[in-house]
Amino acid sequence: MEIYTRKEKGAVIVSVKGRIDALTAPEFERNLCDWISKGGIIFLINFTQLEYISSAGLRSILATSKKLKEKQGTILFTGLQGPVEEVFNISGFQSIFKIFASEEAALKEI
Amino acid sequence: MRLLLALAQPAKLDNLERLMKSISDCARAQGFDQRRISEIELATEEALVNIFKYSYPEKPGEVEIICKAEANRFIIEIIDSGIRFDVTSWPDPDITADRDERKIGGLGVFLIKKMVDEVRYRRENNRNILDLVIKKEEEK
Repeated sequence: MEIYTRKEKGAVIVSVKGRIDALTAPEFERNLCDWISKGGIIFLINFTQLEYISSAGLRSILATSKKLKEKQGTILFTGLQGPVEEVFNISGFQSIFKIFASEEAALKEI
Repeated sequence: MRLLLALAQPAKLDNLERLMKSISDCARAQGFDQRRISEIELATEEALVNIFKYSYPEKPGEVEIICKAEANRFIIEIIDSGIRFDVTSWPDPDITADRDERKIGGLGVFLIKKMVDEVRYRRENNRNILDLVIKKEEEK
């Protein structure tokens, strides 16, 4: 798993490449936590290059979103495709999170 | 029935990658496409991680994996000698609950059930035996 992070329009944009599984999910969550402690409250997660996510990754997302809620923050998603989109659909995540067709579309909402 | 793979490893997270690779190589050799392999990997990871986390609360133990081809089905048998855990009797999480009500956890078992065609559990000689059954395309 590789994580690329940048800031744009006050949002923390996190692109994840590879796999978020039981081995890599803790690092993914730690990365998001670090940005929250640095004051990030709006997160846009780009999963265009993510090949695989398991429940460990879903748990990290839920935990992060709960943390952000306390700070009136939010977490948005883009780039869902293939197995990752399937897992989001099956677990009901597509109805509890805002999902956008592109980074541009998401940034317009912020 | 054709035996494709049989291996045993200490039940710990460090072995996840190795076990997953053996299983997905085995599934690939059976002709499954990448999409299906990804689903097989997901079901397998969830089952293995549950064993790593909960099966052996007191002392370390092993997990055994057997892959078999049977008629038009590919079967992954995951065996541990830890505490009884029947995945098939686990209640499904409420996936319609909104974000604040969503519980962290409970999703793993649900994903196992959704990713494969059939999940079978039996307790035999103090061992948990979980069968993940995947049908090959032509049978569907």
